[in-house]
Amino acid sequence: MYFVRRILFAVPLLLVISALAFVLVHLAPGGPFDGERKPASPEIERNLQAKYHLDEPIWKQYCRYLRDLAHGDFGVSLKYRNHNVNDIIRQGLPVSVTLGGLAFCFAMAVGLPAGFLTAAWRGRWVDYVGSFLAVLAVCLPSFVVAPVLLLVFSLKLHWFPIGLWSSPWHMILPPVALGLYFSGKVTRILREGMLNAAQSEFVTAARAKGMGETALLFKHAFRLALLPVVSYAGPMLADLLTGSFIIESIFQIPGIGVFLVNSSLNRDYTLVVGLSLLYAILIIGLNLVVDFAYKLLDPRVKYE
Amino acid sequence: MSDPVPHLSPNQRAWRRFQRNRPALLSAWYLLVLMLSVALWPLLLHLFGGHFATTHDPDQITDLQFSPPDAHHWFGTDIHGRDLFSRVLYGAQISLFVGLVGTGVSLVIGVLWGAVAGYVGGRLDGFLMRIVDILYSLPSIIFVIVLMTTFGELLKETHYVQQSPAIAGALRVVLLFVGLGAISWLTMARIVRGQVLSLRTRSFVEASRVLGARSRWILARHIIPNTSGVIITYLALTMPEIILYESFLSYLGLGVQPPMASWGTLIAEGVGQINAIRIYWWLIMFPAGGLVTTLLALNFLGDGLRDAFDVKAK
Repeated sequence: MYFVRRILFAVPLLLVISALAFVLVHLAPGGPFDGERKPASPEIERNLQAKYHLDEPIWKQYCRYLRDLAHGDFGVSLKYRNHNVNDIIRQGLPVSVTLGGLAFCFAMAVGLPAGFLTAAWRGRWVDYVGSFLAVLAVCLPSFVVAPVLLLVFSLKLHWFPIGLWSSPWHMILPPVALGLYFSGKVTRILREGMLNAAQSEFVTAARAKGMGETALLFKHAFRLALLPVVSYAGPMLADLLTGSFIIESIFQIPGIGVFLVNSSLNRDYTLVVGLSLLYAILIIGLNLVVDFAYKLLDPRVKYE
Repeated sequence: MSDPVPHLSPNQRAWRRFQRNRPALLSAWYLLVLMLSVALWPLLLHLFGGHFATTHDPDQITDLQFSPPDAHHWFGTDIHGRDLFSRVLYGAQISLFVGLVGTGVSLVIGVLWGAVAGYVGGRLDGFLMRIVDILYSLPSIIFVIVLMTTFGELLKETHYVQQSPAIAGALRVVLLFVGLGAISWLTMARIVRGQVLSLRTRSFVEASRVLGARSRWILARHIIPNTSGVIITYLALTMPEIILYESFLSYLGLGVQPPMASWGTLIAEGVGQINAIRIYWWLIMFPAGGLVTTLLALNFLGDGLRDAFDVKAK
């Protein structure tokens, strides 16, 4: 019941978000046609405006947009005018999702074991080295990691191609560069969660009853510590799946992350709102999944 | 007989604990030294004058392009022959300043928003927190770009900006503060609200209310001081995020404009010089080193504060 209500509530939330994005991007000075050759005459410009209904009042434009949206049509991109927003998303999203998914897997594959080990060997050298590397990963921005990886592995050692996205060989450096930050985050969150769990009373009780330390770590501490990781992983996955401007532009990957930044710079109204909606749907959907996973992981959690 | 143990307030005890955390203390010293050298470097140049000042002027263009690090140019020179060491310090000035002020903006908005929502509660709470939810689900980059360009255009029209490029640059930095603060207060608001919600029902707050204290007094005297540990901790953790975001925006060309520099623009310049023939590693390594060590120090500081104040994860 709770989840049905949440899903129903998501609809007005999405409406507000789309309206906000719509108004915000229209408020910004300049228009989608500014970057083009100056039109031959004011009539041409006026016709262009009229064709895309930019001369109408904004609420009318928004209503028109919603009507098209109800038919599953995100409209025509105002910058790349022979492409629909639907087409751009259809072409770019799979690439970004692959990149983000791989980065997510990398972050989890590194972060979960690292977090577990640093917590299990708290105060030993494994902990010191692991924790330091985790903080370092959090402090390395992707626009530093990506060029350094390129310099070392592509230009110096020639192990990997410099850019593009055409074979599995191309799909190694970009996910690593994108996922490094998140692997550090996951390590830190899991370590902290496990240390907190180790102090809780039910763990002491289980230990008093004679449960082994290894079983304690896996059965109780790890399971409880997964909760904060899960609640972090939801929004993180939404971020990763909608692409990364930095990684996609440095490695020249044809995803939608580049469009998200460029469309707001170009005042490509339809594309901005379309991509914002996509992002919002992912965030809201994944937060729902997170809450659902909470219920599975922690039997104490109750939603009414 | 041992000395009586003096009574310490929770915040004093936290301060004692913090002083025993070596990485955090070291980080605090590092940041202090960095800020001092950033502030004193121009003064030093002025005092020395002559040759030293011209070789280390961050804006002085020379014929010495892409010279690797040596005794004269400790961090090498860039494409215009400018001394990279000075430019990194010069960039630190903007990055640190934006970080500090942006964090301050996010502090003010976040604490007020969260405290009001948590303390007043009811419908207002629901309304305020829904706004936070909505802003959370909007890609923040769109928000920042629109904000920066809108106000940037408006400012361009004004009289002062047209008169002097220096004022225009300064106003742009102010804009950056506001923009970055405006997107970074959401987490702070949520955390403060949670704290206030739990504090509101505690017996000492109720006692104060029974004694006839007004809301403003309770907020200022009981609630805000009791959340200060959490707030300070999250301040230390918000600042690296803002510095990172600023460098990201400057990397995109949306942040500070040349001839001003921040770590982000310096790294972007270095990345722009990457080619297969010659590798100018110092152009990336030194600005990135400044950025990364500062972020590291801030994170250690934040962790130390969190341990000292015993802040539980949300």
